[in-house]
Formats: sequence, structure tokens, C-alpha cells
Amino acid sequence: MLVTLLISVGIISLIAVFLALLMVIADATVGNYGEVKITINDRKELKVQGGQPLLKALNQEGVFIPSACGGRGSCGLCKVKVVQGGGNYLPTELPWISAEEKKNQVRLSCQFKVKNDIAIRIPEELFSVRQFTTKVETLRDLTHDIKEVRLKLIDPKKIEPRAGQFIQFQVPEYELTDEPVYRAYSMASVPSDSEHIELEVRLVPNGICTTYVHKHLKVGDTVMVNGPYGDFFLRDTDRDIICIAGGSGMAPIKSIVLDMAEHKSTRKVMYFFGARSARDLFLLDEMRALEKTMETFTFVPALSEPKPEDNWQGEVGLITDVVRRRVQNASESEAYLCGSPGMIDACMKVLKEIGVPTERTYYDKFS
Amino acid sequence: MNEALFPVAVFFAAIFTNNILLTNYLGMCSFLSVSKELETSAGLGIAVTFVMAITTALNWLVYRFILVPFSLEYLRFIVFIIVIAAFVQLIEMIIERYSEGLYFSLGIFLPLITVNCAILGASLFMVIREYDFITTFFFGLGSGLGWLLAILAMAGIRMRLKTAKIPKGLEGAGISLVIAGFMAMAFMGFSGMITI
Repeated sequence: MLVTLLISVGIISLIAVFLALLMVIADATVGNYGEVKITINDRKELKVQGGQPLLKALNQEGVFIPSACGGRGSCGLCKVKVVQGGGNYLPTELPWISAEEKKNQVRLSCQFKVKNDIAIRIPEELFSVRQFTTKVETLRDLTHDIKEVRLKLIDPKKIEPRAGQFIQFQVPEYELTDEPVYRAYSMASVPSDSEHIELEVRLVPNGICTTYVHKHLKVGDTVMVNGPYGDFFLRDTDRDIICIAGGSGMAPIKSIVLDMAEHKSTRKVMYFFGARSARDLFLLDEMRALEKTMETFTFVPALSEPKPEDNWQGEVGLITDVVRRRVQNASESEAYLCGSPGMIDACMKVLKEIGVPTERTYYDKFS
Repeated sequence: MNEALFPVAVFFAAIFTNNILLTNYLGMCSFLSVSKELETSAGLGIAVTFVMAITTALNWLVYRFILVPFSLEYLRFIVFIIVIAAFVQLIEMIIERYSEGLYFSLGIFLPLITVNCAILGASLFMVIREYDFITTFFFGLGSGLGWLLAILAMAGIRMRLKTAKIPKGLEGAGISLVIAGFMAMAFMGFSGMITI
């Protein structure tokens, strides 16, 4: 009995060992493409083990390419321009590549395998982009439909954004989505608080990410984010500033203003915040407190449709009208706008009227 | 029946009368998920044929010369699976390295095949039916071709279905299963012509 048992175990092991050995030999001979060189943007060179997908090779070297599906070839996000040594397209890439992209040699980096020396081009900002594992530290209702999410960075432990930039929030699979998706959110936290990321998320009916944050996310949950991204950040000049925001557009502006307060900036800041009625206003106390500590800061909340029970004493009207009323000449100022596309387009017009040149108007449109 | 002709009979039987997909309903998952385009279906079908023909023969050798002598027949499931997996991996690596054209048309389907139950099914049938080596090879080849035939027919029908009006409740997997059922019934018409 024991002998038969031993024989069967032995035979199975022998077969497995033999096949494994075969695989190891094949891996070392047939599957060995040696070390290959990846040249990024004509200046950075990486030496990687050949034969692996480009996405993985870049990730190992600390260059993070955003992708939602984790390299399964089902999200089509991890596109990279391969300008040299690309070869032919794989059938698994083609569903994601448009005719235009094909002409520009755009490849799906999770499917494309690096087998020889190649040259690629990626946006410069991706060099500083990292993927972060975070934990939800607090959740707070700012208004009836805006939630503040405070994330504690676990790995890596620090992020170094500029005030006003955004991150991508990874929504895991849940009832509204079959695979992880990414949504961009501006950071509301001060850059100096490098161990935390704060987001302000407004509930959009049936929005994949907003529903997840409002209905499913709990304190202590793990959240994957990557960033920082974006060219909406505080410019280092001496000019006075006009900030205009609506709804959750508060986030990047709050970060910018807090950053200035911390650096004891002497630049004058006028911050116009538009809401419908009092129940859409938030962080009023924080902003008022900031007005006291930072002499050059003026906060102007405005309601477009105040309700009688609001007892609203402040500005009334569309935010554009309020700006026009309060600022006559801003030809030497810079402007920072954040909100819905409609609001931003209307504000751009007004800013032009009061003299802010378009090239000094920076904006972050929510879509 | 003439002894020498038996492998040939098995070959045709595996394609028509005992089609592994339509009479045994094996290899259903990739049959349903990959049969949207004629071209990809053909690629997958050819890959299945190739792998099935060789792994059944390979498994016959393993069974006859390793498992039977040590009376380890009861371990055939697990042994067949690892042989298939290793073989498919190996072939994929070789094709990827040496033939880009072949890799693009065939290689990318190979990982899908490792878990295709029709492949394991063919290996198990040849044991149950006690085929000799030649018959086994023809049986594997025939089963693969039968699978190819079935998925090509399915892809043809589904391409036609793209423009057809389908009742809302039947769209997608529903209509595909109904069609697979019809096809199986059609193939039942061949049954009994040859016994294997």
C-alpha cells in the first residue's frame, strides 16, 4: 500500500519535474531576449530584461503608465508612442488603436512586448507620476451632495504635488462597473501635507466614481490613486489673483489659497465662490478664518438663488455678475478658474472684459 | 470493419457524427466568446486542431508508457492537464520567438486553449475508447477539425445575426446558446452512421 502510494507520488513528481525542467530550459533559451534598451523622450535610457510587456518593464523602472485593467488589454488606457523598433501591431492591440494613432505609432503598452531596443515618447509629467496605495482616513459631508475624502498615503508615503493639481482615483469593480476605472479629482489638501490627499467629490446620479465614493466607500478602505497630474497650478509670480470656483471646484482653489497662506504670500487674492443656495455652501468658516490670518485674502461667496429661509446677507446673483460688480480693472492680475465648462466659459468672457489677458487665465474644467 | 480503415473512420466520425463540441458540448466557453468574427474563429479553430492532434498523441504515449506500467491510470486527469499546459506554453514561446506571422495568426490564441476542456476531453475519450496510437492521432486531429467546423459555422451565423432583429430578451448569450442547440440537433442527423 505504502509502496504504491510512494510510486504514484514519485511518478507524478517526476513528470512535473521533467516538464518544469523543460520550461526552465525553454525560458533560458527560446524565451531569453537578453537585456534591451528603452530610450524615453530621446534622453532617458533604461536597461530592462527583454520579452516582457512594455507596461511592466516601465513600471519596474519606476515609470508609471496609467492603466485601469492591470495589463489585461481590456481598458485601452496604457497607450505609449513607440517611435523606433515597434514592429507590427498585435491583434490584441487593434481594437483600441484608431487609424490616427496607428499613423503615430501609438501602441498598447500592456500587450506590446519589448524584444529589441526601442525608443518611446511619453508625456514629461509621467516621470513624476506614481501609483499610491492609500487608506481612507476620514469621510465628511460638506453639503448634501459633496463629500470630503481624506486619504492617508501608505505606499509610497509621500506625494509632492503643486497646489491645484489632480490625481486619478481608481474605482474597483462593483455593481456599476465590471472593471476598475479611473476618474480625475483635484486635490484640496495643501502640498506641504505630503502624507495626505484630500478630495471633494460631488454626487452625480449614476456616476461610477461618485456613487462609489458616496454610497460604498468606508473609513479604512484601501484606495489606489495615481498622480499628480495637470498644468493647473499656482504660477510663481507677484501678480494679484482672482479665483473663481463653483461646487466641488472649491478643491484646487482651496489648495492654492492654503499654500499661499503657508508661504506668507503678499499677493492679493480675491476668491469668488458661486453656489445656488445656502445648502450648497461649504467650508465658509475655514475661509473666514483664513481671511483673518491672511490679510491679503478676500473670500466672496455668492448665491444665485438664495431661499428666503437662508437669511443670506452676502452677494446675490450669477458669479459672473458678482465678479463684474466687485472688480473693475484687473489687467495686472492672474485668474484661476475651476468648475463646470459652462461656468468657466462665462467667466472667461467676464475676465476678458475686466482686462485679464487669456494667457494669464488658468482653468480646470470638470467634465 | 476493416482494421486498417478504422483510424480513417474515427477521423470522419470525430468531425461529423461525434463532433466533440456539438455532441459532447465540450469547449463551449471559447466557442461562445470568440465566435464573433470569422477570421478570429478560424485562428482559434486551427490552433485548437493543432494542439488537440499533438496533445492527444502525446498523452497516449504518457498514458501507455508511464501511467499503465505503474498502474496509475487514476492519475490521468492531472497528468493530462499538466502535459497539455506545458506543451501549449512551450509552443507559444517557440512560435513567438521564431515566427511573427504565425504568432499573430495562431500564437495569441494558445493561452486560451490551455483551459479548453475539449482538449482534455479528447485525451480522456481516447483512453475510454482504447484507441491505438494511430487512431488516437486521427481522433485528435478529427476532433480539432470538427471543433473548427463548428466554430466557423457559428461565426458565420453570428455575423449574419448582427443585422438581424433579435427579441430583446434573447440578445447576446441567449441567442448564441439557442443556435448552438439547433446546430447540435442538425449534427444529430449524422449520428449512428459510424460507431466509434
